[in-house]
Amino acid sequence: MIEAVVTEKVAEAGLAPVEPDAPALSVTDLRVWFDTARGLVRAVDGVNLHVEAGRTLGVVGESGSGKSVLSRAVMNILAPSAVVLPGSRIEIEGHDTATLTKEQARHLWGARVAMVFQDPMTSLTPVLTVGRQLTETLRRHLGLDRAAAVTRAEELLRWVGIPEPARRLRQYPHNLSGGMRQRVGIALALSCSPRLLIADEPTTALDVTVQHQILNLLGRLQAEEGMAMILITHDLGVVAGRTDDIAVMYAGRVVERAPTKVLLREMRHPYTRALVRSIPRVADPSHTRLRAIPGRPPTVIDPPPGCSFAARCPHARPRCLAETPVLGGDHPGNTTPGHRHACFFPVGTPEGDQAFADNLAAGRTAAGLPVDEGSVL
Amino acid sequence: MRTARSPLRRVATLLVVLLLVSMAAFLLLELIPGDPLATLLPEGATPEVRAQVEAAYGLDQPLWKRYVDWLGHALQGDLGRSLQSQVPVSHAIFERLPVTLELAGLALLLALVIAIPVGVYSGYRPGGILDRIATFLCSITLSIPNFLLGVLLVFVFAVSLRMLPVTGWTPISRSFTGHVQGLILPVVTLAAVEAVAFIRLLRNDMVATLQQDYVLSARSRGLTTGRILFGHALRPSSFSLVTVLGVTLGRLIGGTVIVETLFSLPGLGSLVINAISNRDYLMVQGIVLVVAVAYVLINTLVDLSYPLLDPRVRAS
Amino acid sequence: MPQTKTEQQAPPPLEGATSAAALATTAPPPADAPVVRRRRRRRDIGAALGATWLVVIVLAAVLADLLPLPAPDAIGDQFSLAPFHSWEHVLGTDQLGRDQLSRAIYGARVSLSVAIGATLLGLVVGTFGGMLAGYYRRAADTTFEIVTNVLLAFPPLIFLIALVAALRPSITTLAAGLALVAVPTFARIARANTIAFANREFVTAARAMGATDARILGREVLPNVMLPVMSFALVVAAALVVAEGSLSFLGLGVPPPAPSWGGMIASGREELYDHAHLVLVPGLFFFLTVFSLNRVGDWARGRVGRESAL
Repeated sequence: MIEAVVTEKVAEAGLAPVEPDAPALSVTDLRVWFDTARGLVRAVDGVNLHVEAGRTLGVVGESGSGKSVLSRAVMNILAPSAVVLPGSRIEIEGHDTATLTKEQARHLWGARVAMVFQDPMTSLTPVLTVGRQLTETLRRHLGLDRAAAVTRAEELLRWVGIPEPARRLRQYPHNLSGGMRQRVGIALALSCSPRLLIADEPTTALDVTVQHQILNLLGRLQAEEGMAMILITHDLGVVAGRTDDIAVMYAGRVVERAPTKVLLREMRHPYTRALVRSIPRVADPSHTRLRAIPGRPPTVIDPPPGCSFAARCPHARPRCLAETPVLGGDHPGNTTPGHRHACFFPVGTPEGDQAFADNLAAGRTAAGLPVDEGSVL
Repeated sequence: MRTARSPLRRVATLLVVLLLVSMAAFLLLELIPGDPLATLLPEGATPEVRAQVEAAYGLDQPLWKRYVDWLGHALQGDLGRSLQSQVPVSHAIFERLPVTLELAGLALLLALVIAIPVGVYSGYRPGGILDRIATFLCSITLSIPNFLLGVLLVFVFAVSLRMLPVTGWTPISRSFTGHVQGLILPVVTLAAVEAVAFIRLLRNDMVATLQQDYVLSARSRGLTTGRILFGHALRPSSFSLVTVLGVTLGRLIGGTVIVETLFSLPGLGSLVINAISNRDYLMVQGIVLVVAVAYVLINTLVDLSYPLLDPRVRAS
Repeated sequence: MPQTKTEQQAPPPLEGATSAAALATTAPPPADAPVVRRRRRRRDIGAALGATWLVVIVLAAVLADLLPLPAPDAIGDQFSLAPFHSWEHVLGTDQLGRDQLSRAIYGARVSLSVAIGATLLGLVVGTFGGMLAGYYRRAADTTFEIVTNVLLAFPPLIFLIALVAALRPSITTLAAGLALVAVPTFARIARANTIAFANREFVTAARAMGATDARILGREVLPNVMLPVMSFALVVAAALVVAEGSLSFLGLGVPPPAPSWGGMIASGREELYDHAHLVLVPGLFFFLTVFSLNRVGDWARGRVGRESAL
């Protein structure tokens, strides 16, 4: 029954996919800069991204890489001080979000594309009951009457694995545990059967025991609905077994993108390699030194020219300080279809090995980072 | 943020406060220098006559006994008789109370009606045009004491434009329009200052609330701005406002004095001023007691209303 | 909120860039388009002007006897003269021919001395009580709560009126009464800040070194509490000026012939239509003083706010 309502609303709003196989999300050259007292913060600085219908993309990056700003730009909930530069393009199922009609916009956000937030404690309105928050979304987007909305709300809670859903409808968020609150958040996002779900660090704020459950839940729901999903996290372990593709972000740009298995097996970008290497392994002997990435997080206010990772990269050569590598550009090792990276001297290529050898001989990289035998990626 | 305290402790504190308030009200007037009986005694009264009158009014008893007697009677609703007019104090008070309550209540309501939309919108668009105009007007109004504002309003509307009466009160039974006309200037005078305070409070709380994650979450679900502002953001932003509401109502009940004097309205305020100039200390005592008790009770009610506003405070 | 191109046609706010509403699809991305825009901190002109007025009026009030003004109670022969019509009476005269400027300045004496006196007294008593309550907690705190609740239980105006009815109004009694009204406010601030500071390490360290409570309160806690308390003092003073004015307006303030702003407004009220200046001159002085106190007070609170516990 709900599918019929959804289909009808989609047709009404004119939001059917532009082409049958249009990607769920297509981001082209997105730049989001923030006007702050300290200057212009280039939170997202030229991101190209796409997610095919029904597939899962993992977006991995440290704090400040721009992954959250990216998600907010897609959802159109940026802060007023954010500025989206011309030339940026966001397309959802082929529809350019800048040229939507009022009717299309109304049915897009919250219904066709939805988001799950990081902290369930703060992302649910404390003064409204769970049921109220669910039904208001349903009635807004699907035009259901009160009774139908309540029924659907109960179904949704049951679907996300909350026991006694009828009772929970009348409760407030603070009456629920963290895991249950996040399930409610997921139910809210999925209430109108979206085609694209963005999960921004959905498990970071939860107990480790609950994280697994939530991730499994998301996977199950995605398979049942056949929707596309973007899983944003700083934790490679989260995306390792649960995504089709992974995009690695650094300093506001995507530095590598590949199908998950390929990325974890044959990473090219030095940052990706360093990330993977930094994960401690249980099998390592005790007192094994952790392999942290040297240097400091990049500055996104007035960044210097060249590659943003150069200051911390053991492969950095003078070219890296002058030119900025582009994702998918004419770089060594950029030959596998579906696997793109942005590096002049990537890992596992003759150019990359040569660059490291040169740096080793000099004792430091072109950026001044000290290098020794142990720095090999 | 107030935390819920055990009802028993709250009741106990309330009773203690009320008791002390009654003591203070009683003692306040005991400090009067001069002779409260001067108006009652005939010229050249002898000490025996004086002693008789004193005994009749119980003034020859020790202080604590007089207090207990007074309190006992007060609890039964008997606040004595006006020294001047012999009318029972409680009657006089309850005759004038409705006028004061009407003034205070309407002023509060008007202040809210003005403050909520302005406060919400200013919080939604801080630094915008409405916000800047409102802030400017607010700082000006806050610096004009209400008696000055009242005089100025009278000057503009009653004297120059002759749109409204300068002073006077028309009971509602006599003429509805007359009643309303007589109310407009006094209510506006009272409401202006309160509205300003409310706007500032609400705006600041609103700005803070709108930065919360759940507002971002609601936006991501595509809900309308109006729904988010009033359905999701207003209630959590109103705690300071509700606290101040209670305080304001109590303050207004006592504070209508100026407006009642200015506009010659027959309320408690003008009653107390008259009583003071006539040295009618029993009347003053009674009024002070009634007003102070009302104030304490209103504040307690405000305390009790928090669980209604914020489900997180409710005992689970 | 979702905005579409059809809703927003406003020109872009920043050169070379637009908000999410109108993404241009044709222009190539400028690699380094917008210039870094530094936001300048606007200086608080209002507070500066306010401070100037306060200095002027305080000086005038203090030096009133030295200024070339006619005596405030000197009955003249030009009644209700409008301002700016005579060099002798720059701001006009009242119904009895008394000079308005002189009365306004001497009225400032009354208002300011009552308000400042009351503020200082309330500050001292309130801070003392608040610090004790915040430092010793338990019994002291409960007493504090009860006392402040009782003090606050009286609507200020009624309380003052009753007080005035009991005692003969003079500058000292008024100041004392107003101080009582101000004590709870200062006490609360002092208490809140004391609680915050009393738990900090430097207090624990002092205690470990054998410092007595008095020494800790005086040397460690007090300096930290004074700052937030004093930043409130100006705003409280503004409120007390208003309170004193209200009392004089009702005829319950300092008795005539001492001039007061409230009293001038009250007597000028009768001639409002013909001689509005009788109300406007004292009203202007009143407004400027309260406004300045509020403005400078807000500025002070803004400066201190970031560092205090409140």
